[in-house]
Formats: sequence, C-alpha cells, structure tokens
Amino acid sequence: MKAFTRLNGLVCPIDRANVDTDAIIPKQFLKSIKRSGFGPYLFDEWRYADFGEPGMDCTNRPKRPEFALNQARYQGAQVLLARDNFGCGSSREHAPWAIEDYGFRVMIAPSFADIFFSNSYKNAILPIVASAEIVDRLFKECEATEGYKLDVDLEAQTVTTPSGFSFSFDITPHRKHCLLNGLDDIGLTLVHAEQIKAFEAKHKAQQPWLFA
Amino acid sequence: MAKTLYDKLWDSHVVRQEEDGTCLLYIDRHLMHEVTSPQAFEGLRLAGRKAWRNTSIVAVPDHNTPTNNWDRDIEDPISKTQVDTLDANIKEFGSLIYFPFKHKNQGIIHVIAPENGATLPGMTVVCGDSHTATHGAFGALAHGIGTSEVEHVLATQTLVQKKSKAMLVKVEGALGAGVTAKDVALAIIGKIGTAGGTGYCIEFAGSAIRGLSMEGRMTVCNLAIEAGARAGIIGVDQITIDYLEGREHAPKGEQWNQAVEYWKTLHTEEGAAFDAVVEMNAAEIEPQVTWGTSPEQVLAVGGNVPNPANEADPVKRAGIERALQYMGLQADMPITDIQIDKVFIGSCTNSRIEDMRAAAVVAKGKKVAANVKLALVVPGSGIVKRQAEAEGLDKIFIEAGFEWREPGCSMCLAMNADRLSPGERCASTSNRNFEGRQGPGGRTHLVSPAMAAAAAIAGHFVDIRQA
Ligand code: SF4
Repeated sequence: MKAFTRLNGLVCPIDRANVDTDAIIPKQFLKSIKRSGFGPYLFDEWRYADFGEPGMDCTNRPKRPEFALNQARYQGAQVLLARDNFGCGSSREHAPWAIEDYGFRVMIAPSFADIFFSNSYKNAILPIVASAEIVDRLFKECEATEGYKLDVDLEAQTVTTPSGFSFSFDITPHRKHCLLNGLDDIGLTLVHAEQIKAFEAKHKAQQPWLFA
Repeated sequence: MAKTLYDKLWDSHVVRQEEDGTCLLYIDRHLMHEVTSPQAFEGLRLAGRKAWRNTSIVAVPDHNTPTNNWDRDIEDPISKTQVDTLDANIKEFGSLIYFPFKHKNQGIIHVIAPENGATLPGMTVVCGDSHTATHGAFGALAHGIGTSEVEHVLATQTLVQKKSKAMLVKVEGALGAGVTAKDVALAIIGKIGTAGGTGYCIEFAGSAIRGLSMEGRMTVCNLAIEAGARAGIIGVDQITIDYLEGREHAPKGEQWNQAVEYWKTLHTEEGAAFDAVVEMNAAEIEPQVTWGTSPEQVLAVGGNVPNPANEADPVKRAGIERALQYMGLQADMPITDIQIDKVFIGSCTNSRIEDMRAAAVVAKGKKVAANVKLALVVPGSGIVKRQAEAEGLDKIFIEAGFEWREPGCSMCLAMNADRLSPGERCASTSNRNFEGRQGPGGRTHLVSPAMAAAAAIAGHFVDIRQA
C-alpha cells in the first residue's frame, strides 16, 4: 500500500448528502476481476451523458458539464469534499478503488458510512470527519475561490485552509501507523499467527460444532 | 456488569486487543459470492498465501447468474468470467459449501447459508456484501466487509475491528393485519434515517420482533445496513432453535444439545446499558412505500409524496427536489396514485418461502394489470423454489401473469439481464431504491411482498389492508 504523510491538494466538492456507492461506481463495472482501472468510471452516471460500459474508452464520451469532475477548475483534485453519510449502501470496495484510481487521496465529510470508511483506509485514502459547520465553511470557500487547496498533515492530524484556518481530526493510532508507513494489515496480523492459533484451539474446545 | 448480546458476541471472539481498542476478531463463517472475491483471491495468490481455514467458507455465485434460460448458460461474457473465476478459486482454495451455477441448491448467499444451517447462533459471520447483517437474526455477529478485508479473513481468519456502539431498537405490541417485517424495518429506517445507525450495532427487540418468524427476523436484520448499521442482531429464542434443528450443517446428537445450551445464553441481560435506545409502537406501523432514492424516503401507503417547500433544511430540501425529479413524481400526490411498470418480488430481503406465500395469497385468482409490463417472482434459492412449487405457488403466480424464475439476485441490482429501462417504475421487495440501482434511469419503490403483489394486480400502489 502507498504511504500517506502530507498533502497540499486541490479540492473538488460533491454537494449531495447520502452519496451511495452505486453512484460512486455503478454496478456494471463490478464485473471486473481486477482492482485497478476504475478511475475513468468514477461517478459514471453523473459524469457522462451516455451509458457507461466496462472497458469503454472515456475520452470521447459526452460529459455532463454541470458535474464538478467535468469542470476545468477541479481538474487534478486530490481532496474530495462531501456531505453527510458519504459512501452509504453496497460494501463494494470498487468505490474506494475508483476514488483512489481517479487521484483522490483525502475525503472530508461530516460523516461516512461505516464499511466505506474502513475500505478507504485499506486503499491509502484518508477519510476525515469534520463537523457540519466546518464542512459547510469549506464548501463555501471552495466555491468562492478557484484553485482552492487544503493542506492535510496526517502526522499532526490537521487540515489547514489557504487563509490559515486549521482544524484537527481523529484517527485511530493503528490506522495512522498503517497509513504513514504504507503497511497492509495482513502482514501485521500474521505477526500474531501463534496467538490466533491458540485462540482457535480454545474456541474449538468450547464450541466444537463451529468447526464441524 | 450486565452484558448486551453484542458484548457477548464480541467478547467471545477477541483474539487480541491493542491499546487504542482496535481488536483482532476471530471469524467463524466466511460467506462469498463472485463479485467481491476475485481480487481477494488474487491478492492471496500473489502473496503465496493459503486460506487459513477453508472449512469456514460458504460460497455461491448469485449476482451475475441469469434467472431464466439456464440451458443457454451465462450469455454475458464478462459475467461468465466472474462466475468462472469463483469456480476456479474455490477449486484452488477449498470450501465447506459451494453451490456452483445451476446446482440444485444455488441461490442468494444470504438465503442459502441459513437454510443449510451454515449460519449458527454465536458465530461471527462476514461476507464481502453489505447485507450480511441478515445473519444477525440468529444471534450471530454478522457484517459486511470490503474486498481487502475478504483477503484479510482468508489469510488470517480474523478481522481488524473496533467495537461499535450499541443501539437498542425496541418494537413493542402487535403488528396490524397486512403489516410485515419489511414494513417494520422500513418504518425504523424512516424514523432514524439511513445514517441513524452509523457506528452502531443495532439489536432489535420487543414483543413485535419476538413474534416474527426467522424469515421475518432475517428481513429486519437485512435492512439494518440501510439504517447505516453494519450489524443488526436479535437474541436467540425457541423460534431460532426450532428453525435450525435438522438443517444440514447444524450440529447433531450430543453436540446439538451442547450447542442449544450455549445458544440459550445469547441474549441481552436485564439492565444492560445501550448507547442509544429507540422505541416504536408496533400498532402504529402501517404498510410502507418508499417514494425517493434513499430508503429513508419512505411513507405509510396512505400518505402523500412530500413537498420540498415544507422542508426548512436546505440540504434536505435539495435532496427531496432531486429525488422527486429523478422519480418523476409530483409533490403532494397520493402514494396510491403512483402507477407502476414492473414488479420485482425477490432479493435477500424478501425471497424466502414466507415471502413467496405472502405474495401468492394476494395473487391467487387475480391477473396482473395491463399496464404492468413485467412482474417477476425470483425465489431466493433452489430450496425455496422447490418448496414453493411443492405448495403450488408457482402455478398461482403463472396463472396470474407473473413470471416464475430461477433463483438469484436478479433485479435487486440488475447485474444480470433482469433490469429496468430508463424511466420505468418498479414496485420492488428489494432493499435499495438508489438512482440506477435496478437499471440506469430506473425508478424503484421498496415495499413488502404482499404490497408488491397487490400493486401488480392493481397497476398502482394500494393499501394491502383494503386490497
Ligand atoms: S439480493 Fe441484492 S442486496 Fe441481496 S446480496 Fe443480492 S444483490 Fe446484494
């Protein structure tokens, strides 16, 4: 996994509540058996005027100009600004795969759906929960200022706006450690393989029917 | 201190705990389907790892499989590749149960695991699928995970997790005639919102929940995720135990007695504390119909579509306006004036035998309305299908003009050929009314099986209590 330490990134606003993972990456793209290549289809139905199919070349597809990702001012964005309950619905990890593949590394919202939230960390994306007031302020500033960038410092757990306003965010030490060092969970867990085996033996003695 | 059911399930699976509360949780049952597993197996293969305990795996292809013309196999080559990939991966890594495409017991993963006794009380159950919450109906801790986590469970038999908060949703009293588990669940979502359960494990309790069959309880837990909760659970009682007895993978003989003794402890103790409590009166719950593009946009069937002008919160107002536009509805119109084009009875929410029976009772001796282009009934598994056919339900549906299909996810998410065309409106017993969920531009209204069947007959929504 890629490490994440610090980023000064352009912000792209997606101004809707309850954005679900079906919207982030529609189901027809779930037929892929790969992990990469989903970026061009991120928000496919909102982004393009035609119907997207897996494998399609998106360069000449008709775009919906009003959608943020299609606007010149947001090209190259690395910070996704969103509303409440972002990433709700299906557990598909294709959603963070698409977000990461597009180039986003940070998401900021008042709340995220649980499964999407943990899936994001596994893909080197940092989801930041900020109060509704702060998120509202960021939306307003972002709309008012072309080239609006945020400075995100994982070590310090802070986000700073161009005007110098700064707020801090929470992250568990475990997730922070993994992100800062680009570690994937499996290797870390297997360090405890003996402990897992010991637990398994005890569990089997207590509830043998679970192992039938 | 008195423990909640969630505490008991959690505590009995913690392998180790870090200082910040992050735990390594042991996983008893790993359910799989073809969509969210290929990248996980690929990761395992690239790292040269084996499955830690392949007898924990129960797998089935369900999302991509066609529900008719099985003799033609899977015609979409990309769907076929995904199903073939699951076949090959299970062959390579092993499993306890695998029902390939066209196997007589094939079906939706959340239907087949319980009916084969592979979901048991006290288990931790995971699947790369958000509706895994379904299995919580058995007093099991069950939740959906992402593909990286699928790989993690395959490789280590554990999951890195932090304990959620606990919410109690208590529904007391008797449900009115025509009011089902689906209506209870939708009413709960309408009350707490689609993010109301975020960060929580929801325990459903109260006399109305205890009065439900296992099928009904699975419907309720299935929809916990639509309220934002990763897991929904219900304590074990005699109904749970009776359902499991004699099922293929349930314990037998002396182990059965031992298991039952333990399972009977799987409920919340008197006086245990919850972080949040929601109480509902069963008698006040009416048949529900969603009108928008989020399951929380739901109303009693007698209601009128909301008017955005009456909403003070600007984000919510914009949400209502967008939903009305997408759904092609007028503000203030009665729900019962909404005409439908298609009907879908199926999905892991409502495709069990009880759901088939409830729909058949309504359809019996009637005809699907002329304006309804397609009314699909898709049983959740081969076992459900055979049971329904033994009871003659297939004939009732076919005579009424419904199509009786082979099991699978079907039009719940339209990854196979069953889907809505742009602008088409569907009365559906599934779980998500998101934009494009049942096909691009398709419009979904979530209802119970009886309400869906009644809408098929009338051509528009009707109050099942008056149908
Ligand atoms: S029936 Fe629908 S919700 Fe259930 S597992 Fe299949 S696609 Fe997912």
